[in-house]
Amino acid sequence: MSTIDVPLKNGGFGSTRRTDNWWIEPLVVFFCYLAFIVYSNWAVFQAKDYHYVGNGADYLSPMYSPMLTEEGPVAASGLTTAPGPAPSFWPRFIPFSPAMLILVFPLAFRFSCYYYRGAYYKAWWLDPVSCAVGEPRKKYLGEKYFPLIVQNLHRYALYFAIIFIALLAYDGWKSLWFTAPGADLDSPRHFGVGLGSLILILNPILLSLYTFGCHSLRHLVGGRKDVMSDNSTRKKCYDCVSGLNKKHMMWAWISMFYVGFVDLYVRMCSSGAWHDLRIL
Amino acid sequence: MSDSVATEKALPSSAIFRIWRGGNGGGGFVDYNTPISSGMVVLDAVHGIQANDANDMAVRWNCKAGKCGSCSAEINGKPRLMCMTRLNTLDLTVPVTVEPMKTFPHVKDLVTDVSWNYAVKKKIQKFTPRKPDAADGTWRVQQADVDRPQEFRKCIECFLCQDVCHVLRDHNLHDEFIGPRFLIYTAQLEMNPIDAADRIPDLKDSCGIGYCNITKCCTKVCPEEIHITDNAIIPLKERVVDRYFDPIARLFGGGK
Repeated sequence: MSTIDVPLKNGGFGSTRRTDNWWIEPLVVFFCYLAFIVYSNWAVFQAKDYHYVGNGADYLSPMYSPMLTEEGPVAASGLTTAPGPAPSFWPRFIPFSPAMLILVFPLAFRFSCYYYRGAYYKAWWLDPVSCAVGEPRKKYLGEKYFPLIVQNLHRYALYFAIIFIALLAYDGWKSLWFTAPGADLDSPRHFGVGLGSLILILNPILLSLYTFGCHSLRHLVGGRKDVMSDNSTRKKCYDCVSGLNKKHMMWAWISMFYVGFVDLYVRMCSSGAWHDLRIL
Repeated sequence: MSDSVATEKALPSSAIFRIWRGGNGGGGFVDYNTPISSGMVVLDAVHGIQANDANDMAVRWNCKAGKCGSCSAEINGKPRLMCMTRLNTLDLTVPVTVEPMKTFPHVKDLVTDVSWNYAVKKKIQKFTPRKPDAADGTWRVQQADVDRPQEFRKCIECFLCQDVCHVLRDHNLHDEFIGPRFLIYTAQLEMNPIDAADRIPDLKDSCGIGYCNITKCCTKVCPEEIHITDNAIIPLKERVVDRYFDPIARLFGGGK
């Protein structure tokens, strides 16, 4: 407890003399996160319709990339492949989805992201719910103690996030190569462009705009140094990351919902609900 | 653009200001109906009330230009400088509340005792120049390398960031956390290319940087628009990670 006496304290949770609609922002953030969490959980437990192979295409949902399991045969609809079997180490009593093993990495990156931390500490943990608004709890540990001290490992989540950008860029590249309609998946492929190709290619670009504006990356490429002018490459990298960092929040939201949209697109095409538009 | 449009907004001839009156934490709000006119700021109205209705009202102010950091208060619940809050930006159809900062000991009316901040500043390791670069005892630095610390030198020490920080405001952790103002002061020293002192252990322990949970309230209230969280606190947190939490970074020296 502090030794200085501060008698004019805020009241309980939510007490404030702010007259603006301070509650709107945390409420919007709360429901947007909730919407994504609900959708991604639903998508994970579907464990099917994540690979569209109709009309010779090869579109893989980002939530299931890379393909971890051996693929089953093409389904009767000709639009998707059957999910492969669970790996031998997976407990039989837990339903298996490859996305469970994949999403833990981007989830760790976003969970420990400095922007997301600030946003969900407010919207979900009400710590504080908004600036100059009373809090519900008196005890506070911040990120100084366990459990939130582990947020300090954010940079390790960043390393995995960069690997995933490369994997998703490869998926975008693969989406440009089509077999003849109805042909075997292993048959020769030729260049083509479908609406899904464009959607899959945009995904790693948006994720890059978010990931390469990361505060930890900004530190690693140059911010850790007091003198950057002695290395022009380092200074340019720092300036580039700093430029993206200014819009980190915007790219965080756009890239998160776009990943959900790409999954939805592949899923809808795989289930036959939507038809992929072939452009070239 | 928005400012000029706002300036043209017609103001009523008078407005009610609900001002905290009392000393040492006691007291309550008192309403004052005072004449107002175009171009006025909250401090003008408070001065008008002080001159005409409440000669004994205590208010701290100095430059009236947003540069001395003296007239910090909470206007309609938000930490702001009274001299930089124009009346045409407020809803004057309802009383405007003006109260002292909540994070520091109350003295009287709108005045708080901010001396805790000066005591904290004394505990931070002073600027410690490295060996001069030239024989005449001078250093060589590039503007690109001092851009970062120069941003933090814009601070006018209004302590609005300290006031809004929930670690101090709601949790009263004044003994364990130095607050955003002194984290940017530490960043200003720590990122200085001439400085040779090592403040990383202090940042982790006595400064309590781990208490900051990056809600950016400090950045939002800064009248100098310093990017406190993104440019000072997070970079310092990352330097602490280099030293104490990242085994790979430790292999390569971890910070300074």
